[in-house]
Amino acid sequence: MTEEMLNALPDARGHFGPFGGRFVSETLMDSLMTLEKEYLRMKKDPEFQARFDKELADYVGRPTPLYFAERLTRETGGAQIWLKREDLCHTGAHKVNNTIGQALLASFLGKKRVIAETGAGQHGVATATVCARLGLECHVFMGAEDVQRQSLNVFRMKLLGATVHPVQSGTKTLKDAMNDAMRDWVTNVDETFYIIGTVAGPHPYPLLVRDFQSVIGRETRRQALEKTGKLPDALVACVGGGSNAIGMFYPFLADESVSLYGVEAGGLGIETGKHAAPLCAGRPGVLHGNRTYLMEDENGQIAGTHSVSAGLDYPGVGPEHSWLKDIGRAHYVSVTDDEAMEGFRRLTRVEGIMPALETAHAVAYAIKLAATMDKDQSVVINVSGRGDKDINTVAQLEGIEI
Amino acid sequence: MSRIEGVLKTLKGQGRKALIPYITAGDPNPGATVDLMHTLVEAGADIIELGVPFSDPMADGPVIQLACERALAHGTSLRQVLAMVKEFRAKDADTPIVLMGYLNPMEAMGYEAFADAARDSGVDGVLTVDLPPEEADEVAPLFTERHLDAIFLLSPTTTDDRIRAISEYCSGYVYYVSFKGVTGAGKLNVEEVASRVSHIHELTALPVGVGFGIRDAETAAAVGRVSDGVIVGSVLVDTIARNQADTAQLKRALADLLQPMREALDSLSS
Repeated sequence: MTEEMLNALPDARGHFGPFGGRFVSETLMDSLMTLEKEYLRMKKDPEFQARFDKELADYVGRPTPLYFAERLTRETGGAQIWLKREDLCHTGAHKVNNTIGQALLASFLGKKRVIAETGAGQHGVATATVCARLGLECHVFMGAEDVQRQSLNVFRMKLLGATVHPVQSGTKTLKDAMNDAMRDWVTNVDETFYIIGTVAGPHPYPLLVRDFQSVIGRETRRQALEKTGKLPDALVACVGGGSNAIGMFYPFLADESVSLYGVEAGGLGIETGKHAAPLCAGRPGVLHGNRTYLMEDENGQIAGTHSVSAGLDYPGVGPEHSWLKDIGRAHYVSVTDDEAMEGFRRLTRVEGIMPALETAHAVAYAIKLAATMDKDQSVVINVSGRGDKDINTVAQLEGIEI
Repeated sequence: MSRIEGVLKTLKGQGRKALIPYITAGDPNPGATVDLMHTLVEAGADIIELGVPFSDPMADGPVIQLACERALAHGTSLRQVLAMVKEFRAKDADTPIVLMGYLNPMEAMGYEAFADAARDSGVDGVLTVDLPPEEADEVAPLFTERHLDAIFLLSPTTTDDRIRAISEYCSGYVYYVSFKGVTGAGKLNVEEVASRVSHIHELTALPVGVGFGIRDAETAAAVGRVSDGVIVGSVLVDTIARNQADTAQLKRALADLLQPMREALDSLSS
C-alpha cells in the first residue's frame, strides 16, 4: 500500500472502502459538516497545530518512552518485547491525546459545553480533565453498569467538575452511553461539542481521532529507529473502538514489513457468544453513525457484549479497522478474559508495570506472538493505559477484599 | 401515483390535513399491532407510520425506546413487521403504511430482499432515521423501482441547499422534525415551525408533514394550520404503555386521543 493511497482515506464522504460514512438523523448533519470543514481548516492551521503540540508536550507529558521489557523478553524467550508507555500520559491513558485535541477544537469553535460518553471511564476522566484545563462545562454519559464497576473513575470525574449521567437504558454499557450522548447532542446541538472517545462514530470523527492519536505511532517509529536501528517487526494493540490501535498503526501502514495485530476482547470465549469481538466474530452493519463490523443478531439488532474490561465492552469498532481487516493489512485476533488476566499478572509481576485490563489483552497476545518469533525480531505493545482504575475488578476476580 | 401521493392529493383537494399516527410494531405485543392499526384508521388516521423496533434508537426519546424494548422482548423482527402489514392489507386496501426505523435491520435482511418484501406486503413508504440522502445511493433506487416512497427528514438545522437536495431524493412527503431534540421531548414552538414550513414550501413542491411535539388537538391544529399533515407518535406510544394490560381499554384510549385531533384538523378546513 502506498503512502498516497493511505492519505486518500477516508474519502470526501468519510468512507474507508465500504465502511465509515455518516449515518445520523438529519438534525446532526449540519453540525457534522461544519465540524469537518473546521477540522480540515485547523489541520492546516499552524497556530492550532502548534498549540496542540505544546499541550501534548507540556500537559500530556509527551513523548512517552519506548521501554525495552528486558525481563519479560527473557522469560518469553522469543522476540524483543518493547512497551510504548501511553500509561505514563497525564490521566493514565492514551485517551488524553484525543481529548486535548478535540477540546482545543471546541475552544477554537467557540463552544462552551462539552459532552462525552465513556465505558471504563478513561475517556470520561480525560475529557473532564481537559474541560477543567480549558474552562469548559463537561457532561459525561456512562452506562449504569459501568458506573458500578468503575466507581473510582466516576469519583475522579466528579472531582474534576464534570456531571456524570448514569444511563439506565438498554444494556447499561458503552453503546447505550453513546446513544444517550447522541440524544443530548441532537437536543443541544448549537452550543455543544461532542468529544467522541474512539475512532468510531460519524465522519469526521474517525478521521480526527485517528489524527490526534497518530502521535503514538509517529513517536514509536522514531524511537524504534533510534533505539534499535530498524522498524519493529510487529505492533500489538488492544481494540475496543480502536483508537489506541489506529494511533499506533496508522504511521506504519505503508511499512509492509511491520505486521499489525489488533486484539479484541474474547470474553468467555468466542464460541460462547459472550465476548466483544466484532472484527473476529461479527459482520458489517450500521450503528452510531458509521458502517463497520458489528455484533448483531440475525435480525440486525445489536447484541449484548461481555468483557472483563469495560473499555472493550462495545459491539462495534472504528470503520478504518474494518477496512484494514478486509484488505488484510492488519490482523485481528482475540484473547479471553482469563488470558487477559494472566497478561495483567505477568506484566505487573515481571516488569512492575500494571496495565489497564484493556491493555492486558494486548500483552497476553504479544507474549504468545513473541514466543513464536526470532530473538533478533521485535514486538511493540501499545500500553494504552494503566491498571489503577481496574483494581476493584481485579480484586473481585482474585477474591481479595480492599 | 403512489398510495401516499393519492391520499395527500385527495386531502389537499378537500382542503384537509393529513393525520399521521405512529406506533411501534410489536408493542405491547406482536399480536396486538394489526388490531391497533385498524383502530387508528377508525379514529381518523390518513396514513400510518409503523415503527420497526431497533435495539439502539438513537434519535428517539425514552418513550419510543421503551416501546422498542417491549417489542424486542417479544422477538419482533423486521420480517414479522412486514407480515403484520400484509395482514392489515387483507382488511384495508387504502390506508398507506410507512415503515419508520433504523438502517441496520434492513441491512441485515438485505436491501433487495427487504424492498421486495415491503412491496409484496403492501408497504407504501420507508423512512430510515439514520439514512441521509448522501448515503442512500444504494438503497433509494431499490425503493423507487418498486414504487415505494423514500421519505426523508428535514430539521431546523437543514440548510436551503440541503432542503433542495433532499427533496430530489424524497417522494410521498418530507417529514419536518419540528425541533432540535429527540421524539417525545415536547418543546414545540409553533411560530418557529410555521416560518420554517412556509420556507420549506418555497423550496419544494412535496407535501410537508410535521412531527415531534404534537400531543393533543390544540398542538395538532396549530401545526396543521401551517403544514400538509401532522405526525403524532410519543403520546400514542405512551398511551399504549399505560394501557397495555387491557386491549379493549387500550383501543378506546387511542381513539380518545386521536379523534379530537381529527376533529381539530378538520375544523381548520371549514
